[in-house]
Formats: sequence, structure tokens, C-alpha cells
Amino acid sequence: MEPGTLSTFLKRGAIWGFIVVELLFFSIAGEFLSLSDKAFMDMDNMLLLFKQSAPIGIIAIGMTIIMINGNIDLSVGATFALSAVVLLDSMTWPVFAGLGDGVIPIAWGLALLTGIVLGALNGLIVWKTGVDAFIVTLGSMLGYRGLVFMYNGEQPTSHLNWTLVDFAEAHFLGLHTATWFLIAVTAVVWFVMNRTIHGRNAYAIGDNRTAAINAGIRVGPHMMINFMIIGFLASLSAVVFYSESGSVNPNDGELYELWVITAVVLGGTKLTGGAGSVLSTLGGVIAIQLLRKGLGHIGADTETVNLVIGLILIAVLFLDRQLNLKGKQELRI
Amino acid sequence: MSDISSKAASHPGSSKDKSMKPFSLTGVGGFLAKQGILVAFAVFIIGFTIANQRFLDPDNIMGVVRSSAILGVMALGVTFVVISGNLDLSVGSMMSFATIVVLDLHDKLGPALAIPSMYAMVLCLGAFIGFLVGYLKLNSLIVTLGMLSAIHGLTLTYSGGKNMDIADKEGTWFSVFGQSTLLGIPVPILLFALVASVLGIVLAKTPFGRKVYAVGGNGTAATFSGIRRARVVFTCYLLSAFCVGTAGLIQASRSLGSQNTVGQGLELEVLAAVILGGASLLGGSGTIFKTVIGVLILGFIQNGLLLVGLQFYVQYVVTWIIIILAVWLDIAAKRGKLWSPFA
Repeated sequence: MEPGTLSTFLKRGAIWGFIVVELLFFSIAGEFLSLSDKAFMDMDNMLLLFKQSAPIGIIAIGMTIIMINGNIDLSVGATFALSAVVLLDSMTWPVFAGLGDGVIPIAWGLALLTGIVLGALNGLIVWKTGVDAFIVTLGSMLGYRGLVFMYNGEQPTSHLNWTLVDFAEAHFLGLHTATWFLIAVTAVVWFVMNRTIHGRNAYAIGDNRTAAINAGIRVGPHMMINFMIIGFLASLSAVVFYSESGSVNPNDGELYELWVITAVVLGGTKLTGGAGSVLSTLGGVIAIQLLRKGLGHIGADTETVNLVIGLILIAVLFLDRQLNLKGKQELRI
Repeated sequence: MSDISSKAASHPGSSKDKSMKPFSLTGVGGFLAKQGILVAFAVFIIGFTIANQRFLDPDNIMGVVRSSAILGVMALGVTFVVISGNLDLSVGSMMSFATIVVLDLHDKLGPALAIPSMYAMVLCLGAFIGFLVGYLKLNSLIVTLGMLSAIHGLTLTYSGGKNMDIADKEGTWFSVFGQSTLLGIPVPILLFALVASVLGIVLAKTPFGRKVYAVGGNGTAATFSGIRRARVVFTCYLLSAFCVGTAGLIQASRSLGSQNTVGQGLELEVLAAVILGGASLLGGSGTIFKTVIGVLILGFIQNGLLLVGLQFYVQYVVTWIIIILAVWLDIAAKRGKLWSPFA
């Protein structure tokens, strides 16, 4: 065994190991503490868990490639909300009145286009001005939220289309529609990041931006494409979620960026860029959702979820650093 | 071969940088870029004054500064953290925690004991973050992101999810920090000014302040110069926690009752104010005075837009544009080119 293989394995598999530990803990603790008779690892419960993971999960997949690329996107929550408003509002436009259910693909298209445009705007600013993505998206987090409010004031936007609700609540091969979207997004993005030139360049740019520029990689367009992808995924997440719920408040999606980043970091993606995996992010999303459900299952207050997740995030960071320390190379202070 | 080299020699960089215009550091453009934030501030004030005469009314100005005081006090502490090269995203939920704790202890211990107890608890949280970021050298963005969530959970656990209210709202002197005035000036403004001047002097005139700049500017060089980086970072987070405690005190005293989520989202507004003030997220630059300007810009934009009859959310869009322009001009002046070097 080569030196470092064990620690690499530990790092790669850590999130899945963590999920197994969570499952065991909540199953055993649930036997003694749970108020319900149902087992935690009930099939329906697990299927619901995947469905509930989908809105955060779809965005987290996008955030993974943004962070691999060495950037960050804080505006996803606002993009999510604005796409949802466009989705629900466009179905009531008089232009589309005669279309019946034919309006659904148009509304979806408009919502997804909103996300792509907002993402492209972020990407273009990062590319052309050279301002750090953290600042650019911190600004657009406020700005896009302002657009949400300007669109419809402080009123919720509501429109229920029963065909759409049926579609969103449907099961296919036992899995919910939302779960299928999460799986499809994971598969496509995994393919893009591991089997295409764009993906390889994205890793290279995140690893060493100067070297990438010197190697002739066009840094700007790649970053912009990634921002368009995350904008698309944020609106896809909104489309999947709001097709079912049918009503969006202007504050919806607030703090999503923080949950998403938490999931991505739990999955082992580095903030500094150049490393990370889409599949591990999926693990991080599932781990967080499992923690929420599990703590509820054993009768803990829902408030403790935030406390536990925060501390776990810090613990993960600490362990990750211990595994990554390169002997005595580090400066002793 | 000679063809290529002579071409490259006669037009250095021209083949690569065709789209980049030279960006003069002298003259009007350079002045705008360097002092852009002050110029923007002046333009806004003139614009709003023309649009609405009430804007420059002393009462209005006092009102704006007073309502900016809570955000402002927090921004002062975060300025230290940012200059030292780190981030603090936990200030919002820490402010909720401080508010809830001081209101709860007010009825249990009395105000005189509640305030120091609250400060002690908040400083413990600050020390914990400072330990993680300073001594364990963990990434400050993720640590404070984790603490944002953890402190939010702590607050909810502490209060049981209920709103916190002071039982006897009329008969307590606790309201002086948020509601009363001294010599015609509201106390929140005085507290903001006091903390700002003390921290401003600490940052600009003391050895500790110079160490903060050194650590943020180049941590390795600072270490080799004998500066204890960990201790400086630790102290910055303590200062930030102290400022958050003060903000919580003003908030609690002003409303005498609070929800658990009173500070939610403030962390990013605070950061926006600090960035508007020209502090670099990479560390090593920024001043207390400029942060105060950043805070006031946010406050006056909000107020001015309301006075000309626009909804409160228009300020979000305006803030977005201003932040990006401010930072863009700042770095454009530093690199001497308007557009980024990315192909």
C-alpha cells in the first residue's frame, strides 16, 4: 500500500461512513427514544428523505463545481426565489391564457432562463471586472433579492396548476419526481466534471489560476459557464420544489446559500478550489437531511439541528486539516 | 522567429491586452478610483437633498445614524477581523444570542448583572472562534459559517424558541442604551461614536493595530518578524464579539423584547458595509473611519430612497450596484487596468 492511500481512502469515504454511523445511531437510539413505532430505516422514510434532499441537493451539486473552480456563489437563494416567482407568475400571464397545460413547458423554460441569465450576469462580472466572486455574489444576493421584491412587492406569488402538482407528486419506479431530478443532475454534472474538457479545465483553474492562464486555458469563459450552470440548477431546484407547493414568499430561499455551502464542505470539497467531488456532495446533502430527520425521530428539539450541524462542520474541517497536514512542513508558530 | 520576437518587443503585451484600456492612476480618474467611496457618498447626499429637502434635516440625519448604530457597531469589530485576513459570518446570529440572553437575564438577575453576564458569554463564543481560527488555523469562512448555525441553535435552545420580553417595561433603567438621549444626541449614536473612536485609535495608533495590518497583509512575513499571528487573530475575534455584545445591548434596550432571529442576515449586511468602506477581503487594508463611511452610506441610501418615495427593497438593488462598482474601481486602481487580466 502506498503511503497516503489510507488517508486518501479515509477522506474519500468519510462522508459515506458518516452516513452509515448516523443511520446506525438513529436506528438504535430510536428504539429507545422515539415516540413513534416505526423504524427509522423504514423504506418510505428513506424515500421521503431523498425527496426532501432534492431542493438543497440540486443547488449543492452546482455549488460543488463553482467551488472546485475556486469561486463561491452566495446568490443562489435569491436566484431560487426569483425563478420560482417567474415560474408561478408566468403561468397566469394573459398571453398564455389559451394554451391550457401547454403553458407548463413555457413557464419552466422562462424560469430556467431566469436562472441562466442571473448566473451569466454573476459570471460576466467576475470575469470582466476581476472582483472576487465572494463580493460579486454577496452583492447580487442583495440585488437579486431586491428584484424578487420589486417583481411582486411583499405579497406571496401563488398559482396552483394541478397537472403540475400531479407531476411533482408522481412516483416513477418507486422514487419521487424530485429524487429523479436530483439523480439526473448528479449524473450529468459528474459526467461534465470528469469526462469533458470543461470539467478538467475547471479543476485546473481552481487548483492554480495563474498556471491555468499560462497554460492557455481561457479562465473567464469557464468561470462564466460554471456560474450559468449553478444559476440553471438553482432555478431547476425552484421549478421542482414550487411545481408542488404552488406559492412563493419573497423571502423564500434565504440562507439556502449557507445550507448549500455546508453540504458541499461536509462532502469534502475545498474552498480553495481544485479538489472536490460531486458524489461526495450528494453524500453531504444526504448526511444533513438524515441528521435533521434523525434528531426529530429521537425526539430532540428541532432547534438542536442547527447546533449539531454547526459543530459537525467545524469538526469536519478540523479532521480534514489533521489528515492533510504534511508532516513538519508547516510553519511552527 | 525573429519576426515574432520583434513584434513582441515593439508592442509589449499588446497582443494579449488588446481589450484593456490604460487606466490612469493620476488625474481625475485616479482620484475617483481612490476616493471613489467618498465621492459616491457626496453625490448621493447632493442627489437626495435636491430630490427631497427633508433629507438634510438634522432630525432626519440623527434618525439615520441612530438606526445605523447597531449595524455600525458590529461592522467596527468585523473590520478588525477582515483586516487581519479573516471573515466573520457569525456576527448576526451572535447578535441574536446576545439580545436574547441579556433580555432573559434582565428579569432573572437584574440589569446590572445581566449586562456583564451577557458580555462574558458572548466573549466566550468569540474566544472559541478565535481559538479555532487563530490557534488551530482553520478556515475562518467555514468556522464562522458553522458557528452561525451553531449559535442560532444555541439561541433557540436557550429561549425554547419563544420570543423574549422584559416583564416590567416601564420601570427599568435598562432602556437608556437604546432609547434615551444625552445632550440631545441619542445614546446609540454616542455608543457607536465611542466604540468607533476607541477602536479607531487602537487600529491606527497602537502597536496592536499595526500587528493586525501586518498579519493580514502578509501572515508569513509577520510571523518571521516575531508577531504572534495566532494571538492577534484571537484578539480580533474577541473585539468582534465585544462589538456584537454592544450591538445586542442596544437592540435589546431599544425594543425591550426580541425574536430569536433578530440578527439573522445581518452578517452579510455588515460585510457589505465593511467592503463598501474599502477593506480588502484578502486582509491588510481598511480603516475604522472608512467602515463608518460605509455604514453611513448604506443607512443614507436606505433613508434617501424611502424619502423619494421608493420601497425599502430598492435599496438592495442600489447596494448591489454600489458594492460592485466600489470594489471594481478600487482594484482597477491598484492593478492600473480597468478590465481583469482573465482571457
